[in-house]
Amino acid sequence: MKKTPLYQVHKSLNAKFTEFGGWEMPIQYSSIVTEHLAVRSIVGLFDLSHMGEIEVSGQGANELVQKLSTNDVSRLSDGRVLYTLFCNEIGGIVDDLLVYRHADHHYMLVVNAANIEKDLAWMESCNDTGAEVKDMSEETALIALQGPKAIALLNPFVPERDVSEIPYFRFTAGEVAGVPTVISRTGYTGEVGFELYVPAADAERLWTALYPPVIAAGGQPVGLGARDTLRLEAGLRLYGVDMNDDTNPFEVGLGRFVKFKNRQFIGKNALFAQKRKGIAKQMIGFQMLDRAVARAGYAIYHGNERVGSVTSGAPSPSLKCSIGFASIESQAVSENEKIDVEIRGKLHPAKIVEVPFLSKGT
Amino acid sequence: MIPENLKYMESHEWAKQEDDIATIGISDYAQSEIQDIVYVELPEVGTQLTQKTEFGVIESVKAAFDLYAPVSGEVIEVNESLLDTPEQVNESPYDEGWFLKIRMTDTSELDALLDADSYHAHIEAEHA
Repeated sequence: MKKTPLYQVHKSLNAKFTEFGGWEMPIQYSSIVTEHLAVRSIVGLFDLSHMGEIEVSGQGANELVQKLSTNDVSRLSDGRVLYTLFCNEIGGIVDDLLVYRHADHHYMLVVNAANIEKDLAWMESCNDTGAEVKDMSEETALIALQGPKAIALLNPFVPERDVSEIPYFRFTAGEVAGVPTVISRTGYTGEVGFELYVPAADAERLWTALYPPVIAAGGQPVGLGARDTLRLEAGLRLYGVDMNDDTNPFEVGLGRFVKFKNRQFIGKNALFAQKRKGIAKQMIGFQMLDRAVARAGYAIYHGNERVGSVTSGAPSPSLKCSIGFASIESQAVSENEKIDVEIRGKLHPAKIVEVPFLSKGT
Repeated sequence: MIPENLKYMESHEWAKQEDDIATIGISDYAQSEIQDIVYVELPEVGTQLTQKTEFGVIESVKAAFDLYAPVSGEVIEVNESLLDTPEQVNESPYDEGWFLKIRMTDTSELDALLDADSYHAHIEAEHA
């Protein structure tokens, strides 16, 4: 299994570990609920160095990134970030990712850890533009600082500017605690926060600088366990769980990241045809009405009819009830209607609710 | 914390004998590993349990965990308060966090369970 540059740091913090996408990652340090609530009320520090970073540069870089992306990358200016999907020729989702535009013909793509090899192979097979595609994942570490106190905690380490002036989904290159850093106002928690991309060799230096003030403020180091409950409450899909190569963006509620107008991209024809024909499945958010916990794979019923299944489900530490996403037949149920989730052979009541389950400022 | 007066299963349930009645729950070690318990699913009074077979489920934020019966017998009482306050299992695994009382069909089944010392050794081995 692969280890991040901060593996020994996590060991010394007595983290519990889990395998995720081929990486040995901390799942929790104290408890998932404690870490989750620390991010919602104060701040959390995450090691996300398993994520993949792919640099696309040189003549043809604009064209390659644009042709791979369902979202319109030409709308990006320097210093901006865009969420997009890569789709295959039949409209299935290859990956979901962030596109950072450093400059004309110079991008950083941040992809899911489990998909790094797949994405590189896919990009290579589609690369007829002459752009250079370089896997930077090994030499890049990613540390996230997320929570209402993130700005106040980060600012003392960034002498040259006030990080509160970096708007959501924008980034700047600078120094954090003397470490060369891409400071990105992004995250996967639904909170104010930053994702800090640094050279792998400097990861421990940055973590060690940020850790004491995080703890002093009442914050926590946060593992993948709370990362999952945080993203779920924030209504954010997870690749490999809520979507995969066989689902299209419309089925999982990501249609707003597909831009057809005045552009070509891989999967466009298939996606356009699917959208016109009508989408057979939809993704809904639901909330359990009793204390039972709905987890991935459980069947969803409307009356006596099975209409779909849960893709992500967990107890929500903020809402004190269980929530989840389910993939169900379109038009089978409308909002606020009652559904049932089959849990160990028994039906438990749930209702369809608006996503995100929890809305805060980012 | 492993009370001397209880018997244990390798799957971390405990049983406390009073004549032919056994009270059962999970160990302090188990609750600390499972953490953040949000739901406990237990059988109804009158259900017949068989030793070492599943009788219920604990849900934490992380995952669901099956519960196994330390002894065979009839469920005569269920700790209903866990429905509203499942966190009692985290806070008090040997007292307020008990699950069931069972009228044992064969009290000698208890002899097959681990005593406190063996259970301690079992945890050490599992943790190593």
